[in-house]
Amino acid sequence: MGTYIVKRMMAIIPIFLLATLLTFGMIRLSPVDPAEAYLAAAHIQPTEEMLEQKRHEFGLDQPILVQYVNSIIKICQLDFGISYISNKPVWDEVTYRMPATIQLALGSILLAILVSVPLGFLAGIKKNSGIDYFSRFLAFFGASIPSFWLGYLLIFFFSVKLNLFPVEGIGTVQHLVLPSITLALPLIALYTRLLRASVLENLQEPYVLFARTRGIKESIIMGKHVLRIAISPMITGLGMNLGKLLTGTIIVEAVFSWPGFGRYFIEAIFNRDIPVIQCYVLLAVGLFLISNLIVDLIQMYIDPRISRKGGHSQ
Amino acid sequence: MIATIRSQLRSQKALGICIIILSILFFLAIFAPWLAPNDPVAVNLALKLQPPSWNYPLGTDHLGRCNLSRLLIGARISLGFASLIFLSSLVIGLIIGTLAGYTGGWLDYILMRICDTVMAFPNLLLVIGLVGVFGPGLSQVVLALILVQWVYYARIFRGMVLSVKEQNYIAAAKISGSSSWKVMKKHIVPNILPPLAVMGTLEMGWAIMDLSAMSFLGLGVQPPTPEWGAMILEGKSYIRTNPELMLYPGLMIMLVVVTFNVLGEALSERFGVKRRF
Repeated sequence: MGTYIVKRMMAIIPIFLLATLLTFGMIRLSPVDPAEAYLAAAHIQPTEEMLEQKRHEFGLDQPILVQYVNSIIKICQLDFGISYISNKPVWDEVTYRMPATIQLALGSILLAILVSVPLGFLAGIKKNSGIDYFSRFLAFFGASIPSFWLGYLLIFFFSVKLNLFPVEGIGTVQHLVLPSITLALPLIALYTRLLRASVLENLQEPYVLFARTRGIKESIIMGKHVLRIAISPMITGLGMNLGKLLTGTIIVEAVFSWPGFGRYFIEAIFNRDIPVIQCYVLLAVGLFLISNLIVDLIQMYIDPRISRKGGHSQ
Repeated sequence: MIATIRSQLRSQKALGICIIILSILFFLAIFAPWLAPNDPVAVNLALKLQPPSWNYPLGTDHLGRCNLSRLLIGARISLGFASLIFLSSLVIGLIIGTLAGYTGGWLDYILMRICDTVMAFPNLLLVIGLVGVFGPGLSQVVLALILVQWVYYARIFRGMVLSVKEQNYIAAAKISGSSSWKVMKKHIVPNILPPLAVMGTLEMGWAIMDLSAMSFLGLGVQPPTPEWGAMILEGKSYIRTNPELMLYPGLMIMLVVVTFNVLGEALSERFGVKRRF
């Protein structure tokens, strides 16, 4: 078990290094000269002399390999450079906006779990019932609706027509409701579908038949055995979808004027604020890898066969 | 038994309906410049936010532009670029997948690891990341979408090449004297078409959704070009007084995406393709 965890953690390092190489390479390839961008953002008409000085300051005159190694060392110290726009360290800017995004993400994950676990489970054990049709409709609807449009629909009905929730902004629980629903619906769609399919699959397994012949109460078979095993693909889905959640926050933050990390990233793209863009991409990759790792560990805890096989989950 | 027949019939029906809807949409998209009653970008502030009339069947927007004309041209842009993305990623996937399958060895290994990595990340995250590095703009978005989509086709084509190299039924067909053309036509194409068709329809839906999301964020199609996502971005300020400005384009996106998704589902049921994506 211990070796599995260590092995699994070691596997992250090359992928992350690849990601740093890619962002580093792409930024070098991109037509933007950081020195020029920096001066342009500060509204300074650049002269060749100033450009040289800035390039020296950013270390752009050093050999490319040295630059790359330096950038990795800096990243490990959480130093993502200075924002071209605000002149403050990128990391400070990011940590300032992070809580809002985390609040939004947690809200929607919680909502997604609270809705999809009972819904998917009931839809699975009561196939072709009303609740099953509802879950299938929701799964399909949630996967096909553009989330930015869903956000405006919710604003239109619940804020403009019914005046129940504020249109935008942050602060109270009411502010969190509509953005969370917007962000959660695609997740609800996916998790409900996964759990339903998995429950249906598990009901065919011999262990269910065996438990029934032993005369164990149906509610215990379902609640204690089937749910526990059937939920495994959903947990994988949960980890895999953290990345989707991240892009979701970009869009939802744009719709609801939510002052989070995603909106900051979009602003950075428009301003060509490259250190911020790099920081966002690397954090997204890192978050994605770590969440996958955590999911694998949870899987291993739920289903110890995985670590004995030594392979990946499913 | 009856249930499977019934679901088969239902999927057949769904297939038919989807194909009809898509044919209509593609027809509208192709002939949009001739069908549109007005110039989609002609500003006429005297006629702003008009209700539906004979001249403007769906009314006008905040700049007095014809909503119907904008939606039609929007269909042209969305479907056009989605088709472009589909065809380009198909061709790139064909080339790289075939290369990986034929050569095998370390090249195959590296190419497939690249595919794994791209597939592991959510598409939109990669697209936004790429656009972040290369800067906003329609061509960057389209390029980024192609860069994240080709991997799925590369996988399919690589599988095809491997089956040609290794599968027994191909060998058997060759031994029993079938020409390569006949092997291709009778054994390879029928095997590869279903997953391609399923992948292609689903991907068209994704491409349209991602493209409109990027345009909505202001990173893709730029106003005044009438793209559906960009139209929602423009219409959002009028949500209190004229919600139809953001309702119409959203409905169009949803109609197209739902149709492609149902079609993909129906095709995968019809051909028995197991979806792994």
